[in-house]
Amino acid sequence: MKKIEAIIRHFKLEDVKEALTKIQVLGMTVTECKGFGRQKGHKEQYRGAEYTVDFLPKTKLEVVVTDGQVQAAIDAIVAGARTGKIGDGKIFVSNLENVIRIRTGESGEGAV
Amino acid sequence: MIRKWLPLIALGLLLSVGVGRGFAQDEKELKPAGSPIAVAPATDAPVSAPADPGGAPTATPPVAAHLAGTYDSGSTSWLLVSAALVFFMMPGLALFYGGMCRAKNVLNMFMCVMVCVPIVCIEWIAYGYNMAFAVPSAIAVDAGKDDKGVDKPKLSYLGWDPGLVFFKSFGETTPVDGPNSFGKTVTSGDTTGAISTGVPELLFAMFQMMFAIITPALIVGAIAERVKFSAWCLFVALWATIVYNPVCHWVWNVNGWLFQKGVLDFAGGTVVHVLAGVSALALILILPKRRGYPGGHFLPHSIGWTLLGAGMLMVGWFGFNAGSAVAVGKDFLPVAGATAVMAFAATAIAGSAASGSWMVAEWLVSGKPTSLGVGSGMVAGLVVITPCAGHVSPGSALLIGLIGGVVCFFAVLAKQKIKYDDSLDVVGVHGVGGALGALLVGIFAVRPVMGGFDQFSLQVQGLLVTGIYAFVCTIVIGTLIHKTIGFTVDEQTEAEGLDLAEHGEAAYRLT
Repeated sequence: MKKIEAIIRHFKLEDVKEALTKIQVLGMTVTECKGFGRQKGHKEQYRGAEYTVDFLPKTKLEVVVTDGQVQAAIDAIVAGARTGKIGDGKIFVSNLENVIRIRTGESGEGAV
Repeated sequence: MIRKWLPLIALGLLLSVGVGRGFAQDEKELKPAGSPIAVAPATDAPVSAPADPGGAPTATPPVAAHLAGTYDSGSTSWLLVSAALVFFMMPGLALFYGGMCRAKNVLNMFMCVMVCVPIVCIEWIAYGYNMAFAVPSAIAVDAGKDDKGVDKPKLSYLGWDPGLVFFKSFGETTPVDGPNSFGKTVTSGDTTGAISTGVPELLFAMFQMMFAIITPALIVGAIAERVKFSAWCLFVALWATIVYNPVCHWVWNVNGWLFQKGVLDFAGGTVVHVLAGVSALALILILPKRRGYPGGHFLPHSIGWTLLGAGMLMVGWFGFNAGSAVAVGKDFLPVAGATAVMAFAATAIAGSAASGSWMVAEWLVSGKPTSLGVGSGMVAGLVVITPCAGHVSPGSALLIGLIGGVVCFFAVLAKQKIKYDDSLDVVGVHGVGGALGALLVGIFAVRPVMGGFDQFSLQVQGLLVTGIYAFVCTIVIGTLIHKTIGFTVDEQTEAEGLDLAEHGEAAYRLT
């Protein structure tokens, strides 16, 4: 099992969700977050005073998939989130020890 | 711990002395010391609260007959609505300021604005209205004789009428002006002495109370996000007494010395906005900046609130300006209420025009038109038109609004350059805007006098006198408070946020 965390542009969330649903990834967790990478921050101005805001609003998406689904899921996220400009985000893949469904107590891949 | 309570104790003492005196006088002074109907003060300003029915035409039958139960229902209704509209500016101001603060200081900003309601209300009833609008004068000087050798009206510096302590004479069971009268008919500010405004004086007193409440509240924007709440409460009580009441008397009372000289201030360009702006400047100069200013991140947390507040302010401003036409007998036009209509139009036009001109100026100078700019411009235009409202034509109002938006925008930009920590730009918007309006009315006035060099120089005099007085007094009051109980909060409180540290509340929570 793998956990995929993707930082994406907030307005791409719907596209990514649809792409993932198509390949039968049927659950996900979404968080509004802030951060910066190569895109750096932006400028805001209030009554003529200019401020550099480093932390940009982004959306963090977490999905857990079986080993066989990993590549398809990554492709789906890339397809949904890509604009080709700096700031499209990143995908992090990590191994996952276990998954437990709280209602039934099932664990492992069956609980994904 | 006791230091925290000092301001409250002081306020309590002040009040209890006031109440005591009020009732003590109740015994002696059966008849309220009188509302010499406006003809009187023009020629015969009583110096020390005289019950002087002989000299004043109060006793002459035509006036008395005229007053007997003849309140004007139209004027009275509009002024009732106007007073409520001016009060509506308080939550408007709280939202306007609160939105520009950071999320950790919002409630403190609301509190600092709204606490002016109880403090100034009590002060106004106890003695504030008395100091500002009593027709008998406590301090007056001779103004010499005119060309014909007749004594000119005395110039009054402060009003005092024992009957007005705690609004005693408004509660009299014996009718004062006529069988149907409740309280006295207003005479204050009656320019010619011939017009009866047809409005009960108690209503006038309430309308003016709203002005007295909002003026100190405007100041707090300059020291937002660092002011100590207890110190602010004490400041409001002292400032309203020492700065607002006398200046209000000078400019708006029928005997006031600036009023007698002919200084024009339709609805509070000097009395409200210049006083607030200049006092804000004084506080900025003597109090420390917010830690981390300039350079830190002092971003407004909710522009939407600020815009909502700006809209509420504009609605309230219609009462502020158009109500002033009725309140103080400024019906210069032959048709009743026409001045109110002119003031209303000028207010709507100038506020709208200034929001546009600020936006365009910002677009050209900073590259982008901002919503905060549109809201700020609207308020700036309303400030500038305040002293002019009923005195100028609609076309002039448009021009005044356009000028006001641009000038205030550059005033706010200038603050960024000189690094003054005027948190929410009170000086740039209210100080500069109020002063600009007070000067422009000297040029653009068409009624009751024509603008021109003479009027302009009068306006400059009025502006300098009130500005310098407010500046000096605020420096003294502010320094006194800062040296004793401290005017600003400590570093930890400021970092944690005033909401939690000062009030034990949080404006927002996630669940």
